[in-house]
Amino acid sequence: MHAEMLVLQFSRKVVDQPIIYRLVKDFNLEFNLLKAAINPQQEGVIVMELRGHPQDFRRGLKFLRDAGVQVKRVAGEVRRNDELCYQCGACTAVCPTGALYIERPAMSVAFAAERCSACELCCPVCPARAMEVKLNRNAI
Amino acid sequence: MGNYQVNKTYQEINEKIKKGQAVVVTAEEIIDLVRRKGEAEAARTVDVVTTGTFSPMCSSGAILNFGHSKPPIKASRAWLNNVPAYAGLAAVDVYLGATEPATDDPLNKVYPGEFKYGGGHVIQDLVAGKTVHLVAESYGTDCYPNKKLEKDLTLKDFLNAVLFNPRNCYQNYNCAVNLSNRTIYTYMGPLRPRAGNANFCTAGQLSPLFNDPYYRTIGIGTRIFLGGGVGYVCFPGTQHNPGKLRGENGVPLSPAGTLMVLGDLKKMSPRFLVGASLLGYGCSLAVGLGIPIPMLNEEMAHFCAVTDEQLLAPIIDYGHDYPAATGRVLGHVSYAQLKTGKMELDGQEIPTVPLSSLVRAREVAQILKEWITQGQFLLGEPVDLLPGSDEIHCVPTASRDS
Ligand code: SF4
Ligand code: SF4
Repeated sequence: MHAEMLVLQFSRKVVDQPIIYRLVKDFNLEFNLLKAAINPQQEGVIVMELRGHPQDFRRGLKFLRDAGVQVKRVAGEVRRNDELCYQCGACTAVCPTGALYIERPAMSVAFAAERCSACELCCPVCPARAMEVKLNRNAI
Repeated sequence: MGNYQVNKTYQEINEKIKKGQAVVVTAEEIIDLVRRKGEAEAARTVDVVTTGTFSPMCSSGAILNFGHSKPPIKASRAWLNNVPAYAGLAAVDVYLGATEPATDDPLNKVYPGEFKYGGGHVIQDLVAGKTVHLVAESYGTDCYPNKKLEKDLTLKDFLNAVLFNPRNCYQNYNCAVNLSNRTIYTYMGPLRPRAGNANFCTAGQLSPLFNDPYYRTIGIGTRIFLGGGVGYVCFPGTQHNPGKLRGENGVPLSPAGTLMVLGDLKKMSPRFLVGASLLGYGCSLAVGLGIPIPMLNEEMAHFCAVTDEQLLAPIIDYGHDYPAATGRVLGHVSYAQLKTGKMELDGQEIPTVPLSSLVRAREVAQILKEWITQGQFLLGEPVDLLPGSDEIHCVPTASRDS
């Protein structure tokens, strides 16, 4: 599952087309609308969170751009849901920055958020799916 | 068996437990005790040693009886939250396997598949008290005319719910590397090419069958900690193979013994039954399991004092040897080494990665210790021992054991 915050700018030409509907229906993506300012037959801006399978996400993004929508991506962040994490250590195999590491001798798994690059490599590797993509709302 | 200095019976230990006088330590705590006091003195002082493990155990599942509807149905096909359950049993009994993915899962069509939701997740949702949606279909009979049933249930609505795991608690397991040139996605986690990482999956010195290598006390009828509740060893697990080559300390050098276990699912907890999604491989269930080992004599103290330095995992190449079933073993590495975070293979330093949670395994052993100390949990004396308890084989076999 991939999720990103997007800022979409619509020109007059595309503002009346069912773009979001197509994203959901044709690309199997879910969205969460955070801000929308659209005037029919004029320009519009939408801020939304879009999530789905990474491949669908890429195709959806391409569809938006091909349709003439200007897409700006807002950086996300990866956080650990400590309720879900069962402290195995599987994620440490893929974390390139050392944000996820094992504390010895306890063999507990620590997450240093400040070292995380939000590459999302750990997300699908975690058997408990405890590494979650969150949106960095300050970046909007 | 030989003459021991210490001779205790299950009955004596259980009497002490009932009076709240039993001395219980974990399999990690006993190590130091034996070192300081010796085996006989440790066996005299301690009554029970508790072990624990927590990791994905694919051969797990639940027997569920969802009760009769009006009009009744003889379910021939069934789904729980869209995950197929095996309905080839009596009218309203189904078996839900942990690795069964939801019907609409894309599997490995988009490689590596994410396997977000499957039988293991349904089991976790059930023990967490969540509502699950049941769909059952039938061809209809004179006595069971109903052809389709749909209803929402929580765990307490089931007439019976039994966690029944045909193979859990492997005695030793492979340390997995990948000598091929591409990343592979296995039940041992993602393995990077050219031995980029080495993954291992046991709790080492805390793991149940490492502490009773010849199954002297763990047998049919042994009462255990299972999924946060109480369970039982009901048979040797599938693929139980006591005949694997053993080290001098009696511990097998490759996956050997296994246990078939069951217990009342209704009393278990989502902390110790966790649905797992193994990237590119499938769904599973992480199971918390702990076994008490009675200190019947100093030999049991000797076995329980085993340390990570003395426990060796076979290193297996999952890039070629495992899928081709060659049986080749690249070497052995101790759990002490694996827990340091790196090991050496052919002069190359490799990061080692645990898949089993030692933190939660310790929690299991600790909880079991408290149950016994507080007199809530008595030892079950095996009605029969497992194959391998009375003999020592030394027959090397291939290492394909998942
Ligand atoms: S997102 Fe990337 S950097 Fe952050 S913890 Fe996960 S693997 Fe490490
Ligand atoms: S893989 Fe997931 S469950 Fe395991 S330690 Fe990492 S975040 Fe926690």
